[in-house]
Formats: sequence, structure tokens, C-alpha cells
Amino acid sequence: MSVYYSEDHEWINVEGNVGTVGITDYAQNALGDIVFVEVPEVGDEFAKGDEVAVVESVKAASEIYSPVSGEISAVNEELEDNAALVNTSPDGDGWFFKIKISDESELEELMDAAGYKAFIAGLE
Amino acid sequence: MMNNQGRPTSADGAASTNETGFASYTGSRGLSQVEGLIYEIGDTNRTGVDLPEVEDFDNYLGGMERTAEIGLAGLTEPEAMRHYTRLSRKNYAIDLGLYPLGSCTMKHNPRLNEKMARLSGLGDIHPLQPVSTVQGALDLIDTLAHWLKTLTGMPAVAMSPKAGAHGELCGLMAIRAALEASGDARSIVLAPESAHGTNPATAALCGYKVKPIPATKDGRVDLDAMKEALGPDVAAIMVTNPNTCGLFEREIIEIADAVHAVGGYFYCDGANFNAIVGKVRPGDLGVDAMHINLHKTFSTPHGGGGPGAGPVVLSEALAPFAPIPYVIAGEETFELVEHEVDGGQSFGRMTAFHGQMGMFVRALAYMMSHGADGLAKVAEDSVLNANYVLASLKDVMTASFEGPCMHEALFDDRFLKDTGVSTLDFAKAMIDEGYHPMTMYFPLVVHGAMLIEPTESESKQSVDQFIGMMRHLVERAKAGETERFTGAPFNAPMKRLDETGAARNPVLRWRAGEDAAE
Repeated sequence: MSVYYSEDHEWINVEGNVGTVGITDYAQNALGDIVFVEVPEVGDEFAKGDEVAVVESVKAASEIYSPVSGEISAVNEELEDNAALVNTSPDGDGWFFKIKISDESELEELMDAAGYKAFIAGLE
Repeated sequence: MMNNQGRPTSADGAASTNETGFASYTGSRGLSQVEGLIYEIGDTNRTGVDLPEVEDFDNYLGGMERTAEIGLAGLTEPEAMRHYTRLSRKNYAIDLGLYPLGSCTMKHNPRLNEKMARLSGLGDIHPLQPVSTVQGALDLIDTLAHWLKTLTGMPAVAMSPKAGAHGELCGLMAIRAALEASGDARSIVLAPESAHGTNPATAALCGYKVKPIPATKDGRVDLDAMKEALGPDVAAIMVTNPNTCGLFEREIIEIADAVHAVGGYFYCDGANFNAIVGKVRPGDLGVDAMHINLHKTFSTPHGGGGPGAGPVVLSEALAPFAPIPYVIAGEETFELVEHEVDGGQSFGRMTAFHGQMGMFVRALAYMMSHGADGLAKVAEDSVLNANYVLASLKDVMTASFEGPCMHEALFDDRFLKDTGVSTLDFAKAMIDEGYHPMTMYFPLVVHGAMLIEPTESESKQSVDQFIGMMRHLVERAKAGETERFTGAPFNAPMKRLDETGAARNPVLRWRAGEDAAE
């Protein structure tokens, strides 16, 4: 099991060939209070970089881009009633969806925790 | 008992306590009157007018008629009148003070415009009147079209779109029609990050895939990234110029040439035309289509008390695809073309009638009272006022980009670092000072954006007072008076709203006897 990060502030936690995807604490903090999350449907297929979900905060609506290519195998239905989970637990209960990764080599283009930490430090 | 559904009150419940500390019986603070919802004032058991009992009569509804009570509140005329007048007094308006909402161009609507719009021959006519009886009105539309074409240096204009975004749709539909007519349907529209938010929305509504183009560090379109994104499948690029950072896209001609080179069209969002009117002709920049928000550049009221107006100027290539209806000047009379002629290529009709007459009258009154030289002065003064604000505040606030701006000054929230005050808090504190806040958190390309557009309507004295107020607030924030900001507004009819609660648990309708607090 290992966690990767994208420049669009998504994390993907990979177990076997399935990755659980959410947004980082940095992202939820920048977005502010989240009021609505639109997740994809199980079975939908996306290429890396496709718009896969939408997150709306009191400030703005933002797209979530798929960090890898693959097929959606599960979505977090809790978010429909309780979008605040993304604020309270961005890297836990506030996950968005699980994706069956079709090309594991794409993970190599993502950052590890240390790399992401340096990346956001550069944004300040 | 007042129904408090969805209503925020101050944390300590002392919303109606005045300076001496006593609470008034009514909750009102002098002329700042508390006003309930209309259902709380009237009730369904009474009516403000006396009507005779309706006798039973036959109807043709086949048993579908409503039998339940409608449940409308009954109010007397003075009650209804007071209700809306009291609500209107809680509003902020350009007639009350400087309205610095960036990107919106909240300029003064000269009262001469209103006088013209109320002339009987213009204000009391109907779109379905015989054309022979409205020749003056058609003449006015034709004259306004002439001014718009002259000011933009474009050969054609579609007058019927009802607003800026509607104009964008018109422009993109013309582009799509032109591409399809040449058998070259394409699928991508490029939209820079510094463009108006409606641009990508319009492209998506038109069925295009939107590809965002990043901004450079100096707040303009990244030309290299744009060129990389160009290709044979790009239908158009939509560029706002001046852009939403208040900056002129210096490489606009290169952008136009590049998109033309791949066979695409150049849509310019003309919402900020106010900053360049009389100075720059978009037609000279290679623009194929551009909407003009009459309310922003030519001072018609925002929204217009009904539909607004967003005429679209079109290049030679797109002109044949313009929507119907349109006005043409015959040898002796003006005609309204309601149906496309045989073999014509119009993409169809966007609105029932020919456009928003009330706005046309006001816009033309504004143009003619200013004259061509006066309109150039409008652009100069709007840019001067914005730069005066930028120059007067940048030593205490943080300007997002180097150098002068166009019609609006953009700051970010770096100056609030470690104060515990956010852009939102700062905006709320402006309400306590009697100002409408500036645009905040937009554009998205800078952090905690504050976008200020004073417009040319303001005198130096008025802008100086605004600057003084802003400097005072910055000073207070840096002095650690955090609560003055985080709890603001304190002086407004409504206190700090629970925006998150309002969005997560919206109360969308009033129901008798329910109280959100219960």
C-alpha cells in the first residue's frame, strides 16, 4: 500500500490494482467549507487527467481530475449527505471514489508524500 | 412570534440593541426597520381589497379546477407598498454610493437615459405593433447598431441577445454554424484561466469540450501553452480583454493570428469594453465575434429591470450566420426581417423579438450625449480611477501584478497574512463602513483575490474617501482588531450569514409555523 499525490492536489492510496482517491488537506483548506460533492458512477471509465468529480465550496466550484486511468469501482455515497467529511477528514472518511487502475506506470508520474510536501511549500 | 427560518442573527442575540443598550419594542433601530416575510405580515384569512362573492359558474376545465386554498397572504395596498419599500432600503445601490464590485462595472446610469426611455414613442410601444407604426424605434435600433459597429470596427452586429452570456452563446452558435457550413465541425474551445467564468460555461452549453489555458506569472494568457493547445480540432478561443485581472492582453494580435492559422475563430469577451471604448477597435485585433454588455459600457441599468442587452458584433466571416430577426434600412423605411431569406445561412432565432428596446434607448442616449470623444474619455477616466486606487493602496495592500492596470485594480490576501483576517472578513467589514464589498475570490488565479473597479462615475473626492476607508481597515486588521472583521458586519440589517449552513441545509420555502431554530 502506498500513497501518491498529483499537482491538482488529489491523493491516491493504492492497494493491489485499486486506488482510493480524495483531495489533500491543503486542497480542502484552500477551498474552504465544502457544501457539495458530485462523484462519478461505478463502472464509468476515465483517462488520466479527465474531469471525474466536482467539488463545490462556499468559495468556488472545482473539478477533480482523475490521477490515473481506469474504471470506477466504488464511490463514497456518504458525501452526498455529508460533504463536510471532505473538510473534517480529507485523507480518511472524505474519500471520493475507488478506481481500478488500468496502467500502473502512470503512478510513476505522481509525487510521493515528501515530493508533495515540497510542491505545496513552493506554492506559498 | 417572528418566524426565524433561515435568518441569521448576531451571536449574542442583541441585534436590535442600540448604542444606549436598550432593546426597542419592535426590534427596529430608528429608521432601520425590522421587516418580516410577506406571509408574516399578511395572512390568508384577510384580503386588502373588497371583491364581490363569485357566483357558481360553468367552466371548461373538466374538473381540473383547483379546489384547495391558494394560501396567498392578504395585504392592504399600504402594507404591500411598505413591505417592498422597507426591503429596498436594506439594499445597496449605485444611487447610494461607490460600488466597487470588480468585473461588474457598476457605473452610474445618467437620468437623461431614463427620460429618453420613458418617451411615449419608445416606452409605450409593443413588439407586435405594425412595423409602419414603429419606424422611429427601428431607426433607433439601426442607429445604435451603426454606433456599435463603428466603435468596434466590425461589419455586422446581432442585436437580439439579452445579456453578456447570451451574447457569448450567440457568438459561439455563429462560429459553430460557420464551421459546420464549411463541413469542418470541430470539438474544442480554448478558454484561458483569466477569462470570465461564463466563457467555458458557454462553450460547454454549445457542445464543445473546454480546454483551459494557464495564465502567466504576470496575469496574462500563456502564449506558448495556448499555441501548444491549438490544432485542427479547435473551433475557437475565448479571450476576455482586458482580462479579469484588469490587464490588457498585450499579445492579443498574436493570439488571433495563431487561432486563425489553424482555421479556428477568435471570440473576444467584450464585458470589459468599458476600459478601451473609443481607444481600441476590436475589429483591428482580429476579433471574429464579441459581445457588448450595454449595461457595463453604455450605462444601462444592470439587469435592466427585466432582460438586459448583449449585442454581438461579428466579422465578415460570421455575419451571414447572425440570428434573426434583424433591422434593415430600406430606401425610405426600416424593415424588420423576421424570416431568413431563401438560401440564407442564419443559425435561427435566439429571442422572441428583436432585443431589449429599453436598454437600446438608454445606451444610445449615453453614446450620443458623450459623443465619440466623450466615450474615449470614459475609458480614460475608468482606467485612471482604477490606477489611482491601485497606486494609493499598494503600499499597504498587496497588488497581485506589477505595473499599471486597466479598469480594475487587483489585490490578493498576502497583506492579511498572520492577521487572522481573511478576504471574506475584510469584505464584511467594508459593509460596516457603508460600502458594498469589492469582488472577492475572483479571479481564481490569485489567492484571496480582491478586485476593485471604481468606474469613471466616481469623483476624486469619492474615490479618496473609499481609499481612506480601505487604508483604515487595513490598519485596524494589522493592529490586531481581528474580531472587528471576523464578526462583521455589525451595523448591517442582517449580521454575519452562516454561508456554509445556508449552502448545506438550504431553506428554500417558507412554511407556516416552522422555525429553523426549533
